[in-house]
Amino acid sequence: MSDDIILETRGLTKHYGGVHALEDADFVLQRGEHVAVVGDNGAGKSTFVRQITGVEQKTRGTVIFDGREVDFKGPLEAREAGIETVFQTLALADDLDVPDNIFLGRELFKVKLGPFSILDYKAMRQATLDGLQKTAVKIPNIRNTIRNMSGGQRQCVAIARTASFHSKLTIMDEPTAALGVQETAQVENIIRTLKAAGEPLILISHNMRQVFDLVDRIIVFRRGRICANLKKQETDPQDIVAYITGAKTGPEYMETAV
Amino acid sequence: MADSTQGTGGLTFDKSKRKWPNEINIFMALILIIVIFEALGQLLPYMNNQSLLFDTRDRFDSIFNEARLRIIILQVSIIGIIALGVTQVIISQGIDLSSGSIVGATAMITMSFAQTELVNGNPNPKAIFGPWAMDLPLLVPVLVGLFCGFIAGMINGFLIAYTRIPPFIATLGMMVSARGVAKWWSRGKPVSFPTEDYAWIGSGMMPVVWFVILAILFHLIMKYTVYGKHTYAIGSNEDAARMSGINVARHKVLIYTIAGMLAAFAAIILSSKNLTAQTGMGIMYELDAIAMAVIGGVSLTGGRGSIIGTVLGALIFGVIISGFTFLKLDAFYQEMVKGAIIVAAVVLDQWRQQRAAMKS
Ligand SMILES: Nc1ncnc2c1ncn2[C@@H]1O[C@H](COP(=O)(O)OP(=O)(O)O)[C@@H](O)[C@H]1O
Ligand SMILES: [Mg+2]
Repeated sequence: MSDDIILETRGLTKHYGGVHALEDADFVLQRGEHVAVVGDNGAGKSTFVRQITGVEQKTRGTVIFDGREVDFKGPLEAREAGIETVFQTLALADDLDVPDNIFLGRELFKVKLGPFSILDYKAMRQATLDGLQKTAVKIPNIRNTIRNMSGGQRQCVAIARTASFHSKLTIMDEPTAALGVQETAQVENIIRTLKAAGEPLILISHNMRQVFDLVDRIIVFRRGRICANLKKQETDPQDIVAYITGAKTGPEYMETAV
Repeated sequence: MADSTQGTGGLTFDKSKRKWPNEINIFMALILIIVIFEALGQLLPYMNNQSLLFDTRDRFDSIFNEARLRIIILQVSIIGIIALGVTQVIISQGIDLSSGSIVGATAMITMSFAQTELVNGNPNPKAIFGPWAMDLPLLVPVLVGLFCGFIAGMINGFLIAYTRIPPFIATLGMMVSARGVAKWWSRGKPVSFPTEDYAWIGSGMMPVVWFVILAILFHLIMKYTVYGKHTYAIGSNEDAARMSGINVARHKVLIYTIAGMLAAFAAIILSSKNLTAQTGMGIMYELDAIAMAVIGGVSLTGGRGSIIGTVLGALIFGVIISGFTFLKLDAFYQEMVKGAIIVAAVVLDQWRQQRAAMKS
């Protein structure tokens, strides 16, 4: 395979008992490329993400990341390999403050003593402030627990978490679904920063305007299968909706798509 | 959120926006309860204007009634040590019903390795083992005791973390089994007459010293180490903790193991203080420890609470029990009220949570 490919999946499949949530997904992502994954609710988009990031164990198929076949046993392994993910169900701890959440699972230490390693709060706070400034995320006081923050602020914390660490690949599962106009704009700015930095992205979204604003290529999922793979210049929102609803199917997917 | 607070990019630590620490509420509750008892001491006709905590009769060289203060803190210290472990368990959204039985089993086993050969020149009448186990160095029974707690806690942790049995059930099983071990160990006979060294551990105010040392230690651990951070994270949102790469199962084993060892240490102190171990030792301690934590603001829904809160909760607990004795109320009233206090603390916590949710 070529060095330009950061992520490839071959025949990626996930069955939950009888539910074929994901079937034979062949997918390629180039370095620096931003790709949108779209599809109806239940089409298998989140399932696709969970198989790549090791949150669940795939039924079959291959994942090749950064030139090597990988089989992540858990999300930490994926993260350590360089994949940052904003999951659809927010992975935040309500009773912790912003720096605690951003650094959860990869804390900075003053003294390393195994499980009783001493946290370097000051460094984590400073890094959080720097990260938030870079992403222009606005949070009144980072030392409050995030329990009482708005949905948008919480989402921004989750995204700041991925943006604060240099990653080889970022995946966002419907990051703006619950956000207002301003907050959505903030998230989109973060995505543009990633693009400028040359960091590849998989963006799951229902928002056609957003998709056409931000990404290079669009993948359509339907009932667990990929049914289209389109360059942005060669398609338009109506066309995408036709693929999503099943009115159209990409020629290369004719035999398999349903 | 008002617009004026936005746009700072999170660049200020707006101190005024920081939450009022719940520990202050609990401290005020402690003061309030003391005031109530003092008032009752003055108002109730049969009390003859006695004071609960203050030295009104000039019996001590101090403004306080030192004898009663000492009894209160001594009374809560041993169960307070258990409560330190229970606090960690509850913060991780678990529960530990086995601590009282672990106290019983550990006391019996530990005491068997702490016996002295000669009692008033005669062979120890309660000897469990032969002469080889007599007058062992202090470290032996202490390590044996801590090992008992280690094993029991680790079994709890493994059951909860890897078989996904609810903590309530797993530790209920341990509660019954460990009590069985306590009874089986010497076929129900008490184990008595420890060495002088062993008797030192729980002598005088030593239980208070241990409680204070351990409270400070675990306060620091919960606040400043990754162990504490992950304990809060797991209790707050276990899925988030897992997705963040925390090894939740391993961490839970650690939490329950620490709780088991703290219960075992409480058993060592208690058996040393009483100079004997009996099969019924520690009965209901688990509930008192849970009560202390809950009164101290540790939320049964996980994620919230602190060691400082639990220490204050233990003091409230002690003041109430002592206050009831002070008011000459019978022991059964104490039990009834203890139950009511636990329920009230949980209701208060839920009410506080709802109010916080409504504000946002
Ligand atoms: N843990 C699970 N157990 C059983 N079925 C699941 C599970 N997760 C998802 N599914 C099913 O798999 C299908 C795809 O779900 P999902 O990937 O969440 O869709 P999307 O993210 O595209 O909306 C749906 O039919 C859903 O009900
Ligand atoms: Mg989804």
